[in-house]
Amino acid sequence: MSQQTSVLYDVPGPRQRRITLISSLIATVVVLVGAYFLIYRPLADKGQFSMELWGPLIDPSNENFSQVWERFGVGLRHTLTAAALAILSSLIIGTLLAVLRIQLKSLTRRRFTGLATPLAYLLRGLSVLLSVVTRICVEVFRGLPVVLTIFFVARGFPEFGVSFDNLWYLVIGLTVYNSVVIAEILRSGMEGLPGGQAEAAAAIGLSPAQTTRMILLPQAFRIMLPALISQLVVVLKDTSLGFIISYEETLNIGKQIIGVLGNPIQVYAVIAVLFIAANYSLSKLAQFVQHRLARGRKTAGTPAQQAPATALISQAEGAGGN
Amino acid sequence: MSVLIDKFDVFAGGFWLTLQICILAAIGALILGAVVAVLRISPVPPLRALGTAYVTVFRNMPLTVVMFFAAFGLPALGSNADFLRIPGLDAVFSRLGTDLPYFRFALIALSLYTAAFVCEALRSGVNAVPAGQAEAARSLGLTFGQNLRYVVLPQSWKASIVPLGSVIIAMIKNSALVGFFGVIGDLSQTADQLTSAGGYAFIPVAIGISVGYLIMTVPLGALLDRIEKRQAVAR
Repeated sequence: MSQQTSVLYDVPGPRQRRITLISSLIATVVVLVGAYFLIYRPLADKGQFSMELWGPLIDPSNENFSQVWERFGVGLRHTLTAAALAILSSLIIGTLLAVLRIQLKSLTRRRFTGLATPLAYLLRGLSVLLSVVTRICVEVFRGLPVVLTIFFVARGFPEFGVSFDNLWYLVIGLTVYNSVVIAEILRSGMEGLPGGQAEAAAAIGLSPAQTTRMILLPQAFRIMLPALISQLVVVLKDTSLGFIISYEETLNIGKQIIGVLGNPIQVYAVIAVLFIAANYSLSKLAQFVQHRLARGRKTAGTPAQQAPATALISQAEGAGGN
Repeated sequence: MSVLIDKFDVFAGGFWLTLQICILAAIGALILGAVVAVLRISPVPPLRALGTAYVTVFRNMPLTVVMFFAAFGLPALGSNADFLRIPGLDAVFSRLGTDLPYFRFALIALSLYTAAFVCEALRSGVNAVPAGQAEAARSLGLTFGQNLRYVVLPQSWKASIVPLGSVIIAMIKNSALVGFFGVIGDLSQTADQLTSAGGYAFIPVAIGISVGYLIMTVPLGALLDRIEKRQAVAR
């Protein structure tokens, strides 16, 4: 990446470096003075830096410290549980949906020649109908905000007399959205493969289902792994939406702590740090995997696929990301 | 189903408010994101670090947390975000000028959050321009600013438009969150309002709200697909 960016300008010479150093020193001073008057002073005037507000979060000797972090531990565990369940179920459903859409696509092209004419037409109509229905489902659930799917699930299921724990509402809401996104990632991965792959599979006599399962899907997973991992970051961020249905995840625990201790800014700062740490390490993992894959591909001699754009897009859709 | 007809003005009002948030936040995010993108590719190391830090922080933080920060942090700083009461603008976007600051807070949070993704979209466009172009510009003696202005950015625009569109779609969806942060009357808050306080049946309201969002997201997505296909052919 550093090579990429440095294409835009010459390597700075001694004069340029001196100017940079001096001006950044001046800028730092200006920013610090500005921050002191615009941020530190108003906050300090309101006592936002007092140990009374920060103590329970960062001072182990504070009476509330252990209790607060115990609650945070509960919240983190709930967040991770919801994220893990949502990731698992959306991966499974997303894969199934991707396979289904690929299969339906090949089915709609089939003419069912061996069968009686009405039956053949019926089957063709049915497969066209099914592929239209899945297409509409994908478009609808991809176009809805994930907040609303969670909200609708939490409100809608009790309407039908089905009620679960809040955890399951959150998991179902996240799954509905993310499985569709994952399905689209995998499908574009499978369709992006060189046509020779599917043709070769057909030539050695694999059925379309076998082709998808044994040839296309594994390669799609490999190519789209970075995008999939960024989608996992999105899921992790989106679990914070659990607060709208009062599921006890990190953010909601934070709200409870604020209700008792009355220190919103401090608690949200800690939560932000927790989330940034977790998601940053996941993103780093995605980058690492991408590097490994790029290296592997180079030695295999196949043309490099462009994954970063997809990865970016899917991460941007993170609502909770959103 | 009658709620869809009876309360059509409520749905329409919610749609309009959500659209307002999206337009304003999109403008804010595009401007801020462009600035951060320039920071991230600038030749000055401290500025690069600043841009990278911004993107890292906002990309890894849930929007919910950003919103809470805006809602609690800005008042603590003694600001009601009054600088957003821009005289000409608040005639069209009436919520900008109201005394309740939540619309402005939500706007700030959404812009800050989306700017990180806009920056990445723009940067991916810049990276997509063949290296020879920038090198040729440099060997002609163009400075960094000239290089960006006359050579790289006009070409990167093409490659960033699809990722940018996806970011904007994501932002429209994310805007649903503002209804849960004290902004009254947008589409998602309308859902809550009509079902819990208004006592209307849930399913029709859900359909109405969904249609409201789909009107914004699906055509934009279809447009992006078209552009993407065209570009794939052009390449």
